[in-house]
Formats: sequence, C-alpha cells, structure tokens
Amino acid sequence: MTNVTVKDLTLEFGAIRVLDKLNLQIEEGEFLVLLGASGCGKSTLLNCIAGLLDITDGEIHIGGRNVTWEEPSERGIGMVFQSYALYPQMTVEGNLSFGLKNAKVPKPEIAERVARAAEVLQIEPLLKRKPAALSGGQRQRVAIGRALVRDVDVFLFDEPLSNLDAKLRADLRVELKLLHQRLQNTMIYVTHDQVEAMTLADRIAIMRGGLVQQIASPAEVYNRPSNKYVAGFIGSPTINFFEGSITDGKTPEFLTADIKMGLSGYETSQGALSPRPAWLGIRPEAVITGTDVDAQPFTAEITVELFEAMGADTLVYTTLAGAPFRFRMSGQARVTAGDTLRIGFDPAQGSLFDKSTEERL
Amino acid sequence: MTDATTNTGVTPRGTKPRRRMSPRNIMLYGTLFVASMYYLLPLYVMIVTSLKGMPEIRLGNVFSPPVEVTFEPWVKAWAEACTGINCDGLSRGFWNSVQILVPSVALSIAIASVNGYALSLWKFKGSEVFFTILIFGAFIPYQVMIYPMVILLREAGEGLSFITGTRIRLMGSVWGLVIVHTVFGMPILTLLFRNYFASVPEELFKAARVDGAGFWGIYFRIMLPMALPIFVVAMILQVTGIWNDFLFGVIFTKPDTYPMTVQLNNIVNSVQGVKEYNVNMAATLLTGLVPLIIYFASGKLFVRGIAAGAVKG
Repeated sequence: MTNVTVKDLTLEFGAIRVLDKLNLQIEEGEFLVLLGASGCGKSTLLNCIAGLLDITDGEIHIGGRNVTWEEPSERGIGMVFQSYALYPQMTVEGNLSFGLKNAKVPKPEIAERVARAAEVLQIEPLLKRKPAALSGGQRQRVAIGRALVRDVDVFLFDEPLSNLDAKLRADLRVELKLLHQRLQNTMIYVTHDQVEAMTLADRIAIMRGGLVQQIASPAEVYNRPSNKYVAGFIGSPTINFFEGSITDGKTPEFLTADIKMGLSGYETSQGALSPRPAWLGIRPEAVITGTDVDAQPFTAEITVELFEAMGADTLVYTTLAGAPFRFRMSGQARVTAGDTLRIGFDPAQGSLFDKSTEERL
Repeated sequence: MTDATTNTGVTPRGTKPRRRMSPRNIMLYGTLFVASMYYLLPLYVMIVTSLKGMPEIRLGNVFSPPVEVTFEPWVKAWAEACTGINCDGLSRGFWNSVQILVPSVALSIAIASVNGYALSLWKFKGSEVFFTILIFGAFIPYQVMIYPMVILLREAGEGLSFITGTRIRLMGSVWGLVIVHTVFGMPILTLLFRNYFASVPEELFKAARVDGAGFWGIYFRIMLPMALPIFVVAMILQVTGIWNDFLFGVIFTKPDTYPMTVQLNNIVNSVQGVKEYNVNMAATLLTGLVPLIIYFASGKLFVRGIAAGAVKG
C-alpha cells in the first residue's frame, strides 16, 4: 500500500494562508499531476508532502502511515527538482549514492542499486563525471536516478522539465511516461505545462489559490471542466466563451447577442437546465468547416481576421456574436485574412457555466 | 562625412584599431604611474636603507642604492634587537603572532561559517533578529568595547580558575587575545558566509534533506566543498586583519606575549640610544612580509577579501 493521502492540509506563512484545508487522495501506482499557474500553491503542496515545509494543520499519510511529523528522508519518497539540484562537488556516482550512504546501506548493495538505476536511465558512461560536465538532459536523468536508487514507492517531481529546451522536454516527457509504465510507482508531478499534464497524468489536479479546482482524468478535465477557470486554463488555444443566458422554452437554448444556439442533448451536471445568465464555452477544436458544416446544429458565416498556419493545423481568429472566437482548421486549409467561411459546431457539446458561481451546469 | 573610409581610405573591417597614445591613455597611465610611485618610492627607500650600514645612512642620500650591501640589519632586527629587557629581536613577536593567528583564524572561521550556514539555510524563529544584532556589532567602534572586554576576560578567567581549581588567566594571555579576535571577527565573517550560503540554490539543500543528510551532514558533505572560495576569502581577511592588529595586541597581552606589530612599534619607537634606521626598516619589512606573501599568493581572491572587508569601515 503506497497511496498518498492529504487530509485537511493547511499552510500559513505568517498571515497568508497558502493552502486551505486541502484534501487529496492519490492511489497506488497513480500518476497524479498538480497543474496550475505560478503561485497557485502546487509546489508548496509538493514540498509539504515531501516534508520540506512545516505545515500549520492537517495530516499527510504515505503508504497508510502517518508521516506528518517525519523527516523527508523517512517518508519513503524520492524527489526531482526543476534546477536538478545535483551536488556539484560529487561525481554522478557520488550523487546517486549520497542518500544510500546516509541511510547506511551496505556498500555492495549501493553499487548494485546505482548500477541498476544507471542502466534504467542509460547514464552508465557518465558515472565518473561531475555534474558540470553534463548537459541539461543528462543532469535531469541523474536527478531522476537519485530518486530511483532510493527504492522508494512515491516519486515527487517539481517541474522537472521546465529548465530544458522544447525538444529535450518532449523526449524526456516520453521517457518519464515509459519509466512510470515500467516501475508502476506512485508519482506526483508538479507542472504549469498543460501538455505535460495531459500526456503524463492518470489524473490531473488543477489548483488555484491554494485550492483544488478539479481533479479528474485528462479527458474529463478537457471535455467536462468543472468550472470556468479550469475550462479557460486547459486547452491551447484557449476555449471560446460566450456571455449570455439560457432561455426558457421547450428545448433549452443559449441566447447571446441575438444569436440562439440549441442546447438539446447537453449533459447537465445537476438536474435540468433552468433559465439563468450563463457562459457557454466552445473548444476551438470542436468547430467544423467545409462540407459537413450543414449537419451541425449551429452554423454561422464568419470573416477571417487573422490566421496562424502552423503546419499541422491552422488557427483562425474571428469574431462571433460580438465575442472573439478562435477555431482550428486543417493545416492544409488555404485561408487568408478577409475570407468568408461557413463554420458549424454543436453547442450541446460545449460547457455551460453559471454566470455568478462560474460552476459547470 | 567624417567616416573612416573618407579620411584614411581604409575600409572599416574587423577589430576597430585603437590609438595607443590617445589623450585618454596618457591621462590614465600617467595617473596610474604617479599613484604607484607614491606607494613604491617609500618601499624602495625602506629596502635600500635596510641594506645599508649606519655610516652610509648618515651621509643622508636616502634614494641612493647601497654601496656596500649588508644583511646585518635584517639579522639584528630578527634576532638581536632589544625591546625592554628582551634582546631576541622580532623573532619572539613573530612566533607570538603565529600562536595568536592560527587559532584565531581557525576558530573564527569555523564558528562564523556554521553561523552563516545556519542563518541562511536553517532559519529559526528570531534568526533574522539574531543576525541583525550580530551585524550591528560590525558598526560599533572597537574602542568602545575595549574596557568591557578587559573586565569580561578577567572575570571569565576567574570563573574558569574557580571551576577547574587551577589558576587560569585569560587577560594578558595569548588565549585571551584569540577569544577577542574570534569575537570581533564574528559579525563580518558571519555576514560573508551567510551571503554566500544564501546564494546556494535552495533546491540543493532540499535534495540533501530528502537524501537523509542532517545539519552537519549537509554542512560537511555538501556546503563545505562548495564554499572553498569563500573560505579562502575569509582566511585572507582574517590573516591580514589579525596579523596587522596592534590595538588588541597591546591591550590584551603582556610584554612576553606581545604580537609582532607591538614589538615592532617598541623597537622603532624606543627613545634610548642611536636610532638604527636600517634595523627599523628591516624590522618593518619583516613584519609586513606575512600579509604581502598572502597578497601575492592569493591574487584575485585577495581583492574579494578586501571588498568584503570594506563593510568593516
């Protein structure tokens, strides 16, 4: 049993409450990503789980054991940091074995574990080098290795790929996923990069202001965001919002700037849709152009204001119902600014949020 | 057009040529030359005088090189010059200074580095206040604290004697002076180490904690090897400072245990007999040798030490 449970975790720095009665349950072998903008408390939460910060109130359980008052080294965790945090005066081998030496592991076993970790991460040729003689990707591998040799059940990652360049980041992301598939450890991963979150996570916890906004699978977070903040945070380009209201009628409709969008078939979160002011969110990927447009419940004529051709797809910026509207087309689509296009989408596949509470309807 | 092409017919390409004898360079090097002469001339006079015999000195040609080179004054300054009743030259003061210097430097750096390490990485409630009070000490003139320090040393010696049952005197002993130097070096050294350790990435410290290293483990295994340059700076600062100290030396020790600087003063300023300028010059040069060697051996780090010491005022 190596699940991680956070109960009513509260952390205050002086008068500032950084985390407020936070509860989190992470299952054995799960890859949980803590996602949020900077300053949302995600790294702080990770540091609390690691025991690097003294918490104000609450409990932390790792593997069914209450570790709230235990030292970081006694919690059965390994941690990887954004800046790699390798000990500059030690060789790679020294870095890997430092924790084991502190734990007074017998020498033959240290050598064996270091060799195994080096093999898994393919850093065997680097063992005698100092960190200064390594590239960023190699350093981060060593940092992961340092967590690996400790034979712990829970891995904590604090934005481990943020210091790497884009290509290396993508490579190492795949390697991390492979590593998780192979080791089946519980992993908690902090990032502000939604691509990392979507690709790596079994579940994503989206944080804001020290609170968890939604915790669900990547697909769920993307398709059924629990509130307007999550909807706006996940997805690139950003989701399109329409401000309007749900009308009273036989079939519910969304009314915005004299345009009506049918909502029949919308899966509500709580009961039937009642008339009220609301936001409607439509993902740029949900918009259809071309010959299939007429099959869509909602169609409109738009003028292309700006487009970004990115090879794989083309992003079109326009205005719909008085609001800025972005949508995605095929990369091969030939459009220029000023073109008129017919687009269509199904408003019922979008997300409705209450105007005042911003919660999903 | 004032373009280089039109004036000289040369197409500008590559490194821009600089004129050696520009007014700017003449001013710059002229000033540097004058400034260096200002300091080097007295040094030159000292060296040549120390190599002359007294009859030659009496001729009064201060700048002329020695006609007859003699090392007699150096030998006399080191081994025979009299201060009070002791006639064994500066050698006694030199060894006293070494005995004061080594433990003072070692002790002050050892304590200050741990202080700085704890104050920057193991912050505790009130650590900032503690640090502020400590730094405040750097801005109080030494002279204010001399008399309280004398009393403290005397009483501490009495206390130690009472506890151990043997007669221990701190006031007037080398160890008393070591304590004084350690205490007075503390503010500036702690500041030095704290600032250095504060620049160490916090994640490194966190990683070491996850790896199970404790307070001393992190200090000795991680921080100490990283901090070697700052240790050298601290050493330079302390060695030059303590070696050149006169005030504490003359107050807290007795004639038997006077450091070199005090003894030098006593030789040079003795009012009896003939003024032996050559011996005085040799003695002064001998005393200044240790900081000079440190300076030439440590080069760049010395400048860092001086810059850090500039706060000392």
